[in-house]
Amino acid sequence: MIGKVKVLQTNFYATIQDQGRFGYAKFGVPKSGAMDQFSFIMANLLLNNDENAACIEFAFQDLVLEFSDTTMIALTGASIDAFLNNDGVQMYRRINVTKGDVLKIKNYKKGVYGYVGILKGFLNPTVLKSRSYYKSITTNFCLKKNDELSYAVGEYTDFQFSNITRPLLFDDRETLKAYPGPEFSLLSEKQQSVVSDSNFTISRNINRMAIVLEEQLVNDFASMLTGPVLPGTVQLTPSGSLIVLMRDCQTTGGYPRILQLSEASINYIAQKQVGGTFRFRVSNTF
Amino acid sequence: MKFTLQYKRYSEKAILIEWPSEINKNILKDLLSYKKQIEYKSIESVVEVITGYNSLLICYDITIDDFYEKVEALKLLYASNFLKLDTNTKLWEIPVCYSLDLAPDLKEYAATKSLTIDEVITLHTTLVYTVYCIGFLPGFLYLGGLDENLFLPRKKTPSLKVKKGSVAVGGNQTGIYPEDSPGGWHVIGKCPLGFFNVYTEPPCVFEPGDTIRFTSVDVAEYNDIRSQVYENKYLLKSTSI
Repeated sequence: MIGKVKVLQTNFYATIQDQGRFGYAKFGVPKSGAMDQFSFIMANLLLNNDENAACIEFAFQDLVLEFSDTTMIALTGASIDAFLNNDGVQMYRRINVTKGDVLKIKNYKKGVYGYVGILKGFLNPTVLKSRSYYKSITTNFCLKKNDELSYAVGEYTDFQFSNITRPLLFDDRETLKAYPGPEFSLLSEKQQSVVSDSNFTISRNINRMAIVLEEQLVNDFASMLTGPVLPGTVQLTPSGSLIVLMRDCQTTGGYPRILQLSEASINYIAQKQVGGTFRFRVSNTF
Repeated sequence: MKFTLQYKRYSEKAILIEWPSEINKNILKDLLSYKKQIEYKSIESVVEVITGYNSLLICYDITIDDFYEKVEALKLLYASNFLKLDTNTKLWEIPVCYSLDLAPDLKEYAATKSLTIDEVITLHTTLVYTVYCIGFLPGFLYLGGLDENLFLPRKKTPSLKVKKGSVAVGGNQTGIYPEDSPGGWHVIGKCPLGFFNVYTEPPCVFEPGDTIRFTSVDVAEYNDIRSQVYENKYLLKSTSI
């Protein structure tokens, strides 16, 4: 039986995400997928779901959902306040949901992106092997008021994990591991020191495609031939901007790629709020 | 023809291979042949190979724990070139309507270039373009080979919405917008075809290495082709070369 989650309140930033689209970058299709893959997978593990089961990803503003039938959900990622029918519910544990229940998410305290996992995952159409929303690929590119999201009704008792305790929770890292990018060697020793030793700040210019840092690195690099880029690639523009490419980034780019964030670091930087600071830990060891 | 290649570890799961930094058909041919070798060999855990003008990115689905071993194996593969692969590519005929109604920048562009509109059309449709890579947007083809008489730096203020199908020129490049998008290139024509369709496999019929010739059609023919495309009845013309 198919249940429906009705979206009562939402915004541009709420989408459906999974691990992303693989195999289509050669056609210019971004990888997409949850910004914080770690928190996303945690939601699925709590529910004994397939790792790739689709979740709602939410950010910045309130989210209100109404459930048509019995299921279980889990909330992970950004620290928020959540209420089921006005009773407070905790993050990082399974929550029973029954017909007519309303989930309210508000008050972002720490982090940026949160996840609502559901038993067996959301069942929106798979397009190019993924359920991740992306403009021009999936019919919908964000949740809209009155949307009805399908899920498989049911309650399951065969669980391996009961809840996830604090140590695994939200981890605001001071240093982010990064590998030298293909054009790192173009930087002078002085520029390399600046990259390794400075504090960097998340600017207001952040979204699922990229995070722009406030600090600039003056350079006179010639432009390079367009080449492949991945989420986590840090580009340096002629005007000195440092751009950290994220999950919805384009698949090719013409700016020098000076760093590549480690996979874990991509998840950490996704959760840094505007004004958040960090340093790069540049390392050749993979 | 063999080149001196650089192998770099791009990330936990990707290796970048770079050719000399030039836009060059021989490099492109060598790059694509190497890509085919890698794909044909079905190297364990390779998810896909993404190409740029002069580079290949091999993406694996697990962390590479033996980078040097992998590079040695890749080098051997490059040197051996044991497989006589089909090196045929396709030359596509792409209809474009160069009409003032459909191309908002055509008049100003021609005036800036001191060309008549007919001259713009002739210059744009005479040469054969090479698809160097696909990126920027799903189905956006990076084309090489634009006549230098048509070069024009991109607009200082990009247009907020360039319509799907717009054929445009920016700097020394030309291309077709596969969907509505902001853009800084000058729109000189409109193409009735779709370049990317999520419901077909593959979603994009063009491949790096293919070549393209634009053919000028009038508004009536443009509209006719549009309807055929909409009904999935249009047959895109190509020749194997």
